[in-house]
Amino acid sequence: MFDLSIVFPSVLNGITTGAVYALIALGLTLIYGVLHIINFAHGAALMVALYGVYLLKQNFGIDPYLALPIMVPAMFALGYALQRGIINRASHGKDENILLVTLGLSIVLENLALLVFRSDTRSIETAYTLQTVQIGTAFIALPKLIAFAGALVASAVLLWVVTKTDLGRAIRAVSKEKQGARLMGIDVDHIYAMSFGIGLACLGAAACFLLPAYYVNPQVGTGFVLVAFTVVVLGGMGSFVGALLGGLLIGVVESLGGLFLGESLGQIGIFVIFIAILLFRPQGLFGAKA
Amino acid sequence: MTTRRQFVSQTAAAASAMAFPLVGGAQPAPVKVGVLHPVTGSLAYSGQQCRMGALMAIEDINNSGGIKSLGGAKIEAMLGDAQSQPQAGVAEVEKMNEAGVSAVVGAFASAICLATTQAAAKYNLPHVVDVGVADQIVERGLKNTFRFGPGYKAVADLAVANLHVLNTIAGRPAKTVMIIHEESLFGTGTANLLARELPGYGFEVKEIIKHANPTRDFNNIVLRMKSVNPDIVIPANYYNEYALLVRTMQQQRVVPKAIYSVLGGAASSYKFVQEFPEASKGIIDCNHWFNPKDPRAQALKKRVEAQKQFFSYEVFMTYTAMRLLADAIDKAKSRDRAAIIAALEKSTFSDHIMPYGPTKFVNGQNMGGQPLMTQVLDGDIKVIIPRDYRQAEPLFPLKA
Repeated sequence: MFDLSIVFPSVLNGITTGAVYALIALGLTLIYGVLHIINFAHGAALMVALYGVYLLKQNFGIDPYLALPIMVPAMFALGYALQRGIINRASHGKDENILLVTLGLSIVLENLALLVFRSDTRSIETAYTLQTVQIGTAFIALPKLIAFAGALVASAVLLWVVTKTDLGRAIRAVSKEKQGARLMGIDVDHIYAMSFGIGLACLGAAACFLLPAYYVNPQVGTGFVLVAFTVVVLGGMGSFVGALLGGLLIGVVESLGGLFLGESLGQIGIFVIFIAILLFRPQGLFGAKA
Repeated sequence: MTTRRQFVSQTAAAASAMAFPLVGGAQPAPVKVGVLHPVTGSLAYSGQQCRMGALMAIEDINNSGGIKSLGGAKIEAMLGDAQSQPQAGVAEVEKMNEAGVSAVVGAFASAICLATTQAAAKYNLPHVVDVGVADQIVERGLKNTFRFGPGYKAVADLAVANLHVLNTIAGRPAKTVMIIHEESLFGTGTANLLARELPGYGFEVKEIIKHANPTRDFNNIVLRMKSVNPDIVIPANYYNEYALLVRTMQQQRVVPKAIYSVLGGAASSYKFVQEFPEASKGIIDCNHWFNPKDPRAQALKKRVEAQKQFFSYEVFMTYTAMRLLADAIDKAKSRDRAAIIAALEKSTFSDHIMPYGPTKFVNGQNMGGQPLMTQVLDGDIKVIIPRDYRQAEPLFPLKA
């Protein structure tokens, strides 16, 4: 039997991982909420961001956390350019085309990474990689704690942008009624690209928080994007609060699953939740009824 | 009927044959040998270490006059990358066969070796296995397959017997064991052998946990370890996961009576000892190890370190495997695959740095191959068992 003293550290561990899931899912849910498309390239974009953080550290010695002011704008710019330059043009106004374009993008990005970086798994070493912080009976790795705090701050900033700023109002207007927003003088194409850019900027931040305790290889995004989809479905498509709480919940479920069922079966709980939500509450925990 | 392409190639061959006496004579054609390792993917570090060992051996052989019985023919390496996947290894064997190599040395990981030896067998292509510890590799009756080092059965048996000895001498402080292994053939096979052997010596195996490659978070596994509180932790995994596991144990303040590795990926690694001196303290390993009393081994170690590389087991295992093959080619006096296989079968190669004695192959397994027991003591890796090679007294248990 497992004693409770190890359940507590495992839950804490899950919450810290879940915060990063939430950050990734926030980007995904924003893009879905506005563009009404499921961004299949989300995982590949995360992989690109992780390589960005990796290269900054290896080539210029820039600490992953100090890379935030570089990676967030860089990923935003990449997202904006991708939406305006490729996705918007290639979709010809049809949603199902966008789906295929993002799928195609993910394949191209992953194979480019394979070409440039080969299939090697790379990680970075920092002075704090192995440091731990004691919380009660639990020892939590410092990078995970920083990731948790960083993900919460980033989520708060994103929520503030969406609810309090003109840009946020425009984003919400476009997501509710595209035609109406256009008549009010909102540049819909610009808002689309801004949303996509912000979605990818979340990944830029997630990558900076993730890499000190994780690794990067060309396939790394796949695992995250599946979890992020589950988080979005659990929280409710387009719901920010849902994505945040869903992320934390999924992190805990995964961690406890790993503890009780073994590492290989750890993720089974996530997908059981995914199926259960689709069956019994398809709008998600915080989603509006369709 | 001769196609245009055949005509061109035949003409070219004839032309080169006629040209040969004019430019050749002094320098016989090189002997092509496939050097196949997982130099990318999750096993990239080990694969690259193996490749370095093979290339150093080839350099040494060529610098000391090449294959003497073939007029001093040089060995030419054809490098292959198994990308840490068996099927990629097979594809490389196909390419090497097409390119006309005389033999293959490789391919580090058990799962890859299992596939590459079989692929090479189709072409009667000699395959010297450098590491690949799974015993299935040499138990399928493949005539082309020769393994220089010991298999995991021999290693696990010896490790368990020695653990029993150490424990008995210390007054039997250790009773429970937890095994953590990687999920492929090597880790699973080793764990199964240990779980079968340990109870016979009075140890209770409390838990066996497997993990994927790569795993980047061992917190859950270490939390379970905390809960089970085993006297002895036995890891059987590759470098990255081994290092992370032990570091996570350190983070979570888990200190068993001994970390007793069987073919531990980082347990007897100078890289690990240098990078994580605290985490590596006192770790015992039953693994491939060179004869510490052989001055040539020390010289080779210095050469590797001069290149700012670590003298890991991959380096000296593949180095010696390549020398064994070169010796067999020399004895065969031929580049012919069947002749090399026949020479390997009869090999009594003894000019090496391993604690094995002369080679003697029975069904492709070198009967003299044996592991040594090492322990990390005073920031260095010392041989503790057997007595013939002992450099330091074993420290067991680590804590009372």
